[in-house]
Amino acid sequence: MTDETRLSLNVPEPEVRPGGKPDFSRVPIPKAGSVMRPEVDADPETIRDLAFSIIRVLNREGEAVGPWAGTLTSEELLEGLRHMMLLRAFDQRMLMAQRQGKTSFYMQHLGEEAVSCAFRKALRPGDMNFPTYRQAGLLIAGGYPMVDMMNQIFSNDADPLKGRQLPVMYSARDHGFFSISGNLGTQFVQAVGWAMASAIKNDTKIAAAWIGDGSTAESDFHAGLVFASTYKAPVILNVVNNQWAISTFQGIARGGSGTFAARGLGFGLPSLRVDGNDYLAVHAVAKWAAERARRNIGPTLIEYVTYRVGAHSTSDDPSAYRPKEESEAWPLGDPVIRLKNHLIRIGAWSEERHKQTEAEIRDTVVAAQKEAESHGTLHSGGRPSMRDMFEGVYATMPPHLKRQRQKAGV
Amino acid sequence: MPRMTMIEAIRSALDVSMERDDDVVVFGEDVGYFGGVFRCTQGLQQKYGKTRCFDVPINESGIVGTAIGMAAYGLKPCVEVQFADYMYPAYDQITQEAARLRYRSNGDFSCGITIRMPTGGGIFGGQTHSQSPEALFTHVCGLQVVVPSNPYDAKGLLISSIENPDPVIFLEPKRLYNGPFDGHHDRPVTSWASHPLGEVPADHYTIPLGQAVVRRPGSAVTVLAYGTMVHVAEATAEETGIDAEVIDLRTLLPLDLDTIVASVKKTGRCMVVHEATLTSGFGAELVALVQEHCFYHLEAPVMRVAGWDTPYPHAQEWDYFPGPARVGQALRDMMEA
Repeated sequence: MTDETRLSLNVPEPEVRPGGKPDFSRVPIPKAGSVMRPEVDADPETIRDLAFSIIRVLNREGEAVGPWAGTLTSEELLEGLRHMMLLRAFDQRMLMAQRQGKTSFYMQHLGEEAVSCAFRKALRPGDMNFPTYRQAGLLIAGGYPMVDMMNQIFSNDADPLKGRQLPVMYSARDHGFFSISGNLGTQFVQAVGWAMASAIKNDTKIAAAWIGDGSTAESDFHAGLVFASTYKAPVILNVVNNQWAISTFQGIARGGSGTFAARGLGFGLPSLRVDGNDYLAVHAVAKWAAERARRNIGPTLIEYVTYRVGAHSTSDDPSAYRPKEESEAWPLGDPVIRLKNHLIRIGAWSEERHKQTEAEIRDTVVAAQKEAESHGTLHSGGRPSMRDMFEGVYATMPPHLKRQRQKAGV
Repeated sequence: MPRMTMIEAIRSALDVSMERDDDVVVFGEDVGYFGGVFRCTQGLQQKYGKTRCFDVPINESGIVGTAIGMAAYGLKPCVEVQFADYMYPAYDQITQEAARLRYRSNGDFSCGITIRMPTGGGIFGGQTHSQSPEALFTHVCGLQVVVPSNPYDAKGLLISSIENPDPVIFLEPKRLYNGPFDGHHDRPVTSWASHPLGEVPADHYTIPLGQAVVRRPGSAVTVLAYGTMVHVAEATAEETGIDAEVIDLRTLLPLDLDTIVASVKKTGRCMVVHEATLTSGFGAELVALVQEHCFYHLEAPVMRVAGWDTPYPHAQEWDYFPGPARVGQALRDMMEA
């Protein structure tokens, strides 16, 4: 055989590794305001382009432009800014608390604050999120008490989850926040089931599924898409593409599909790609998808294009696999600064008020932390009882667990 | 009282549950229009509509995952995995999600789902239509594991499972679907029509989870069995003339230890029989519990008769299945010990 070709395996690599110069020149960023805003009942076939572009509202000058602008008042935007600043301050304190040994573990949201904070404002009471471990903005923007989040992180005697869960794995049913699990992707298809249930009961509530770029490779991502597509479940399928899955760049999960949003096209889902660092754009797209779900038109897939500025977790050191300066080179900037600049631009905010608010927020978070620490931290003060350890495995404790509890002496 | 096969009893349990509670939904592969590959859901879609009983894409993780989401909403899904051999893609959802949801959320969410799975061999099902994976569930805290051995129990236990606020793995021995089977594959197949436990009330009743039952009282040896092996054990006791007390466990988790211990203390001997492979099978747990709780009453080592530690073969079906010959020999050996 003269035409025989020796095969070789393709293993994608990020453009740059530590020591290299960050380069996002191959990430096309369309102009703000340049992407169309279809009707919510648009035929998915006619809006396929939206899976390959990026919906953006805020331009370089901090102006809100184009057809996706105008879903929020300046008061609502100020509230949104505050939520993002709260989340960032919360992250900073909890990161420090982990370094001080007050908890074993933490995961921050640095650079991704707009995604969960803005999305939350598109939901109504009764809707349910099925979040990953990096959407605490859903709680903050939903008014969940920060002290309770800290109690969970400290695993103290006021921990709503009785010390059973790793820090940041919150659960808050009344705030539309499903119990977080350590295994990736599982909640994506559960969200579809929740939405199917709402449809079965002819309810008006919708669900939101969340997954990261890396976890889209999990089988449950596929399961979620096929069930959502088949039953036209009232669910918003959110993919947060922060470019990194621990040390693995997004090209490993994405493969040759171009974008994560494009994955939805094969399932006949309207699939949108949005600037994840643009609070206004995130809200506008979320609102579009929520309306679509509420009107029983069906599910929507949204890819949020953002960047994981911080380490994956407190157990991770990103300098081992990506350039330290990469986050600064990220072309979509910082969500807090961009919204701040917009609010200043429209005369609703000022540098001075921003600084003042930063200080107020710091005080708020510090006060919450003091209160939480009064209930104990992981290694000191109050802690959940050993008896609690045996409770809640079942609704009613079976005999074998009673015997074990007795053996444990509690 | 009506007579039912196990298939009809399961269908009746689903019918009664759906009738009583609008939150009960039934779905799985081929479960809707067609009524299931084993006919267990026949007529339910016609009676309750497509949103209460429906077909799904072939994706076991999707079946269980969506059921968990529905339970979080407040429904009571009773879903089907076509063969227990195909539960593995759903194992993540079952073990890490369904089983732990109540615990990890401190009761903020719960997961009252029932997962029906046809299980067991004796039907020339080969490697992926014969498995008995119960030990892979009994090892998981937060699950309940049920294996009925007859139509009457199947209905009562299934209604209990559906009404239970926590996840239940409901394993249906498919060899028993149409009639009892004592392992004598060379004899004509019998039907439930002539078996007392084929008499099944048409309306609602329950059998509590976690309660075993003595099928055959005896004084010489206690045999712990479930599913198809209950019938094998009963037949073997008659054929060998060994006065075995046969206990049908019915629920493996939580286990009815009291009934087991009372029997073994009486007989002084204990044998465990199951179709599943031997090593780290559920029998090992039973043996450990019996020796721990009955040590001073035992007159012989506790023994196990189980499937061999091989994948379930096709042509060697009856060399693999622990039938009356193997169980009988083990019983005789034990009585001589």
